[in-house]
Amino acid sequence: MKLKIQSPGPLTSVQDLGRWGHQAIGMPVSGAMDAPALIRGNILLCNPDGAAALEMTMTGPAILFEGEGAIAVTGAELQPKLNGKPVANWTVIKINSGDVLTFGGACGKGLRAYLCVSGGIDVPLVMGSRSTYMKAKIGGLNGRKLAKDDVLSTGENNSCKIGVTCPENLRPDYAVNAPLRTVLGPQDDYIKPEGIKIFFSTEYKISPSSDRMGTRFESDKIIEHVKGPDIVSDAIPMGAVQIPGQGVPIVMMADRQTTGGYVKIGVVHALDVARLSQFMPGSSVRFAEITQEQGIEISKSESNLLNLLRSHVEKFNTVPPAAASQNRGAMNVIVNGEKFFVTWEKLS
Amino acid sequence: MKISGFEAKILPAGETCLFVDFGEKIDMQINSLVQGLKRSLTEKPFEGMRELVPTYRSLSIYFDPLTVDLEALNKRLMTDLETITEELSEDNADATQVNVPVFFGGEFGPDLSDVAEYTKLSAEEVIKRYCASPLYCFMNGFTPGFPYLGGMDKTLETPRLKNPRELIPANSVAIGGAQAGAYSIASPGGWRIIGRVPYELYDPDRDPAVAIQAGMWVHFYPVDMERYKEIEEQAKSGVYKIEYKKRGVEA
Repeated sequence: MKLKIQSPGPLTSVQDLGRWGHQAIGMPVSGAMDAPALIRGNILLCNPDGAAALEMTMTGPAILFEGEGAIAVTGAELQPKLNGKPVANWTVIKINSGDVLTFGGACGKGLRAYLCVSGGIDVPLVMGSRSTYMKAKIGGLNGRKLAKDDVLSTGENNSCKIGVTCPENLRPDYAVNAPLRTVLGPQDDYIKPEGIKIFFSTEYKISPSSDRMGTRFESDKIIEHVKGPDIVSDAIPMGAVQIPGQGVPIVMMADRQTTGGYVKIGVVHALDVARLSQFMPGSSVRFAEITQEQGIEISKSESNLLNLLRSHVEKFNTVPPAAASQNRGAMNVIVNGEKFFVTWEKLS
Repeated sequence: MKISGFEAKILPAGETCLFVDFGEKIDMQINSLVQGLKRSLTEKPFEGMRELVPTYRSLSIYFDPLTVDLEALNKRLMTDLETITEELSEDNADATQVNVPVFFGGEFGPDLSDVAEYTKLSAEEVIKRYCASPLYCFMNGFTPGFPYLGGMDKTLETPRLKNPRELIPANSVAIGGAQAGAYSIASPGGWRIIGRVPYELYDPDRDPAVAIQAGMWVHFYPVDMERYKEIEEQAKSGVYKIEYKKRGVEA
């Protein structure tokens, strides 16, 4: 399958689960801002979890497909339309040659959506990843966001189950009112005790100057440092909360630099970093303290959800295209592990 | 815990990472401890180890939260910390030195004359002292491959530009305060540019992608324009390789 980009959308880039293993040489990880959404799309399509997809921001591109395949749109509701007709998110959709996918745009239910494709987007691996890191102009398509007339190819995968959908209870929770769960450290002791209280009690408004590198906030509550905001540089994990001189947090996101010289009060859980990446500027969020052990438990429950989705997809039986085109047919269906033989006939 | 007179702390950094921190200082011995711990974990990785990031003063240890055993990891780190002290003395002879050719001044080193003026030295003397400095790469960061080099001759210290340049060409060699460095990719920056390397310090398609890496010693040496062009040509066709050697071994 080939994707011809008729219009690119404001910020559409190829992303996978990131360029791990090279932070020691200063190479940022990048990757999907909402990794849980990308993984679910790939599980639905029976792709490897980390197959490359298009990350679309605010609204999607217009894409003309050449050849047959399947897609799943996950993450934010950007109102996808196939040949002008609305199609569902979190669902595997059959693509025929000549189909055109367009998007109505964000409608208050998230900011970034993922167009996952059967076989994944096939661009060259750079240091083990297909993620675009625009600042160093590497990965993705020539290290940049998509432009009009770009053509992307997909990998091989003919095992997609058309119509399978991610049940609502297995989708990420995008609630704005749930706090961002944060483990204190590594430099919470560089912050005055009063500052820690402010951090966990303040409602922070997301600033419009947020991007793939960091989410900035607006607040008049100032967090004060014990000695000042500068440290001898050390590493910046995903979700690290820097407190620079002005005393208002910045949460470091996918394109964060590998190292930095500001005090880090804590680190937001990966699932909540993904959730945060879906919030519109102007939304308000809070931080809540968890322990490292609690953070690990949260990761384990996410892993359980993904496994449930895997078995859901595995058990899903599609109508064979040949049978569906006839007026009658029969097939085996497995429901909750039990086998059923189903027949049907057109009534009119 | 105390180690070689420094306090080592194991600090949480979210559910996928912890820092082993040796202190708020730019210091050779602290950095050797960071490199020593990195080596011992690289040689014998623990279950769920994902990535190690050495910086000036700490080692960041990234792990898979689904497979890590935090308690076992903490114990392992305590044991490793006790043993790395003994290896410190061997470090210097065993460390890698990279020899890097530079054309100094002219169009490639627009700030060389300013550095000479600020330090009250001749341009030739600046080059001589820069090349004679035992430069050590404390870490890579900022952009892919940018080496933070300590150990520069103190007489060369020059403050950063008040107004950073919007674009510094890749492979520019620079002075930033007391540190030396090299812009591995074209990027904005405020360090004083004194020369350029005729070789890509960062090339994602090459192994190793980054020429100057944390824990290496760096020896810059001057080349003339003729040799610069020659190396540049040879580097493009893949014939030229930058020179690495064990520091303890004389060339």
